[in-house]
Formats: sequence, C-alpha cells, structure tokens
Amino acid sequence: MTQTETNGDWTRETQAVADRIRVRVLDHVIRHNGGYMSQALSSAEIFAMLYTRTLNLGPSTAPMIPNPFAGVPGPNNPGFFNGGEYNGPKTPRYDRFIFSPAHYALVLYTALIEVGRLTEEGLAQFDKDGSTVEMIGAEHSPGVETTTGSLAQALSQAGGIALARKRKGDTGDVWVMMSDGEFQEGQIWEAIAELAKFDLDNLKVIVDVNGQQCDGCMDAEAYVDPLTGRIRAFGASAVEVDGHDLDALDAAMSAETGKPHFVMALTNPVQGLPIFEERAPLLHYLRFTSDEERERYQAVYEEMVN
Amino acid sequence: MEIVKRPHVENFIAWAKDKPEVVVLTADLTNSSEVGKWRDTYPDRFFGMSMAEQNMMGFASGLAREGYVPYIHTFAVFIYRRPYDQLAMSIAYPNLPVKFIAFLPGITTPGGVTHQAIEDVSIMRATPNMTVVETGDATEVESVLDVAHAVDGPVYVRMLRGEVPRLFPKDEPMQLDKARVLSDGDDLVVITAGITTEEAMRAAKPLADAGVGMRHLHVSTHKPFDDPEILDSIERSRFGAITLENHTIIGGLGSAVAEKMAEAGSGKRLLRLGLRDTYAHGASKAYLMKEYGLDAAALVAGVEGLTRMTTGITDDDLAAARVEATHSLAKAEGL
Repeated sequence: MTQTETNGDWTRETQAVADRIRVRVLDHVIRHNGGYMSQALSSAEIFAMLYTRTLNLGPSTAPMIPNPFAGVPGPNNPGFFNGGEYNGPKTPRYDRFIFSPAHYALVLYTALIEVGRLTEEGLAQFDKDGSTVEMIGAEHSPGVETTTGSLAQALSQAGGIALARKRKGDTGDVWVMMSDGEFQEGQIWEAIAELAKFDLDNLKVIVDVNGQQCDGCMDAEAYVDPLTGRIRAFGASAVEVDGHDLDALDAAMSAETGKPHFVMALTNPVQGLPIFEERAPLLHYLRFTSDEERERYQAVYEEMVN
Repeated sequence: MEIVKRPHVENFIAWAKDKPEVVVLTADLTNSSEVGKWRDTYPDRFFGMSMAEQNMMGFASGLAREGYVPYIHTFAVFIYRRPYDQLAMSIAYPNLPVKFIAFLPGITTPGGVTHQAIEDVSIMRATPNMTVVETGDATEVESVLDVAHAVDGPVYVRMLRGEVPRLFPKDEPMQLDKARVLSDGDDLVVITAGITTEEAMRAAKPLADAGVGMRHLHVSTHKPFDDPEILDSIERSRFGAITLENHTIIGGLGSAVAEKMAEAGSGKRLLRLGLRDTYAHGASKAYLMKEYGLDAAALVAGVEGLTRMTTGITDDDLAAARVEATHSLAKAEGL
C-alpha cells in the first residue's frame, strides 16, 4: 500500500536514504575491514523504497538500541524477542515485511537506522558476542520477523502468512525482499506455483537482481532474462525495472495485478562505488587485501560524505 | 482382540469440530493419510499443497504464526527426510505449533526403502523444540490428538492407519511421557513402542508359562523421555532390559533408554532389538518383522540371551497366543 504523498518530491528523501545506506555500510566495512558491500550497493534503493514509500508500517515497538540476545524461541523461553517488532505492530491493515536473504542483514539494519527505527549505537553491536545484531541474523535480529538464513525459505513462510491473512480478511499486504540467487533453489518454484494456485494477490516480492552470488557472477542468461518469464509461466505476475530508478520502482511496486506480484529490480552490484568494480567478479564480500587498498576506499568514502 | 478400521478418520473429524484453528495440509496424500473425509467435511480448512513438501513446511509455518494450528498429514519419510531444513528452520526453531501426523512408521509399509521411516525418531529426537510421540493402538490413535494439541510447539506423531488393533481400553488415553505397565515380573523389563508392543504382548503369556518374569512397559513418548518408571523398573529387575522398536537401534527408543541408564550409572544390561543399522525393502509387515527381528520370536530369543534361560517357546506357541486389550497395571480396576 502506497503511503499518502505529502508532496510530489518524495524521491528526494527516498534517494537520500538510499545514499546514506551506501555511505554507512561503506564506513562500516572500512572500519571493520570486511562486510557485505555489494548487497548494500545493489539494494540501497530497494530498502529505501520499502521503508519510506512502499510498506505501510506502524511505528516500531522495539527499543532503539537492541536488547542483548535473550535466547532462542522455545517453550521454556517466554522472554523471546521477535525482531519483527522493529517493523511495528501486527494489525489487520498494516503490511508485513519478510526479509529473505539474511546475508543482507547489514543493509537492513542500516535502513532501519536511516528511517529512525534503530540508532547508530545499535549498529555498533553488529557481530558482537551476545548481541542480536548478528552478521546473518535470525528472527531475534532487528527487522527480521522469520528465520531465513537458509536461503529460499522466506517465500513459502510469507505464503502461509498471506494465506492466513486472506482468510482473516486482513487488508495489509505481505512484502518479501529476495535476492536473485535464491531462485536457484527448487523451493522457490514450489512456492510460486502454490502462491498462484491460492490466488495470493496480497503477496508482493521485490527481488534484487544483481547477478551476484557467493562464487561470483550468476549466469546472466540463465538467471536474469528467463527468470521473469519463468515466474510468469508459474502463474505469478512479474515486471522488470531499473532497480536504481525510484519512479520506476514506485510504479512497479504499487501495481495491483490480481496475482502474487514480483518486482524484478535489475541492479548494479557496484552502484555508487565504481572502485569496487576492480574486484569483479567476486563481489559477495569485501575484505581489504592491503592498507593501501583500504586507504583508497577511505578516500572514496570521504568524497561521498562531503 | 478388537481390530478397528481406520480409527483416525472419524475421530479426527469429530475432534476438530469445535477447533476452528485446526487446519490440514497434505502433499498429494489425502486419502493415503486418511483425511479425504475430513477434507469433504471441512473444505475451507483443508489445503492440498501438491507434491511440494519444502513449500508445505513454509506455508505451515506462516499459518502457525498467524494463529492457526496446522496438522500436516503425509508419510513420515516426506516429513523428516525430504524437507528437513525447512522443518528445522521454518517450524522447529521458532517453536511453532505445527503437528506432523506421520504415517507409515518403520516397516509398516510394503512400499520399500523410499517409504519406510526407519530413522525418524532419531532425527526428530535430535531436533530442538520437537516433541516426539508414537501411537501403538487404536486408543492411542484416538487420543494422541489431545496430547499433540496441548503441547506449546511442534509435535511429530508416528501414526497408524488402516486396520489398527485396540490394545488399550478406550478410557485409558495416551498421556505425554507416561509409560503403560502392561505386565509385571522380576527378571527383566521389556520396553516397546508402536507396533512392537503387540509383539511383546503376544510373548507375555508363553514367557510367563516358561517361568520368565517380564515387566512390560509400553512407551508412547520418545521426547520428552523422563518418566521415572523406565529407570525404576530396570533397576529393580534381575537381568536388565530389552528394547524392541520398529526403527533403527541407533537414536531411537533403545538409545533413549541407554542414555538414561548411562546417566544414572545403571549397572544393568540393555539389549536393543530393532533394525540393526540397515535399510529394509518392500514386503509385508509380518515378513519384514520376522526378517529383521522385530517380532515376538525375536523378543523371546532376546530374552533367552539376556537371562540365559531356555524357554522352549516355539513359533506355534506365539502364533496361538491371544492378545487382548490390556488395562495398565497402574489402574487397579483394570486388573
């Protein structure tokens, strides 16, 4: 559900959020000598769109600085905390956000900071022992409602949530953020077929089609051009857009197609940080190989900040 | 012995009548999982999920998060083998109230290796948050739903279908983590679960006639496994215990008893009968129980080995032995 426009220039604020996501993640990667950089570069506009424009969420009900890890879910742990609370209360009219590629956790945390649902101090806990702000994360991590680090499981879980919400007459949508690599798993195709069978038009998916996976470049011919057509052939609607063009994203993400709807955001894994191109095709994780390299990134960072 | 035809069919329909939160998911095994009539009775609460178990686990997870209690009905192997990662991460980790009604436990099917769940108890026992129960007769098929529903979290149920014997009175329902004491004796403890209980009941009278004192415990709950009756009985016995399970002897009932005995420092012996680290093949239940040593004759041989007694019991003696519904010895009026 699209939020009410207060003025016609929403793109300025949304782009600013996207830009700040890139800068903050780069800063984090430089200071910690490592991180999931390309994911932030490719998906900054996607997360900015979700949290400033597309998702209809209530205010966060979680602490601005995350509490320490309070144990795993279980019958003997009534104090378990669910990270979905950062996305606000679950009510019939609000949307729900299901985060699938858990390796994008740093991008999600950063997005939460940029939209005021988490403080900078929260990110300082990233990957620290005893913290919920984990490197990959689970459903205790800020913004994370379901456990999806084993890739390609979120879409089916979101399907169950969407089916339940439809039965209950909820008006809010269920949004899933995915990465294109996940479509290599068979479960995704099981899920799309069933989403279509159950007419779950309250299920929306935004896919970061950055053509990257852990081992390097995905085969573009196999996994980009045919991917959109395959999704349609399975009974869902799918549309390709420039994943860095906010107006195009907005049009695609606000479309009501009467079917489960996939927005295939074609993105650049080095968007906004061209220096990173020299690492291609291995862009999954950035760790500096020398002080000299790190200093070059530091110089780029200072240019971006100024 | 009364044989009940498809006890789950009508019982599940009646039981679910006033439970609108209960929904059923199956993966193309509706009638094979005895929920065809349930589907026709409650069509809006039934979801055919196609032959796609990984996705079915995710949908069940999502439905459970929204307040429904999904009862997944399919063959056991298609619950714990094919979609295990989805079961563990989408359902067990968040401790969601999804109930797995798992048909064809062990060698109860002629479907062969692909359909025989021989290591499911082991895997489900090792899965955190999972409760694991097993039905041994019609009374337990009828009462396991209340047990599963009362658990705050996922429950794996080894379920019987088709013609099921009634070994226990209808008014003695299954209780979580509570063994049934079916016969008593000083020499050894025999611990069974599922279809092996009938085998031990068949051996009870011939063994008694031969002068062997067998205390027979029927276990319906593999996890939690804290009933003090198990260890107390073993410690009081002269020779120790025998477990007889429709499952590999690694990780199932025999292992659970062994863990308890070892932790307690028991000096008693334990003989584990069951599938000896092997897969099985497609054949009749009776044939496979004999071939793999899961039947009354295998138990008698085990008893002779453990007690060093010679019973003289023949296959004909066991075949002639009548098995009647048996009140738990804990219930005085049943004696």
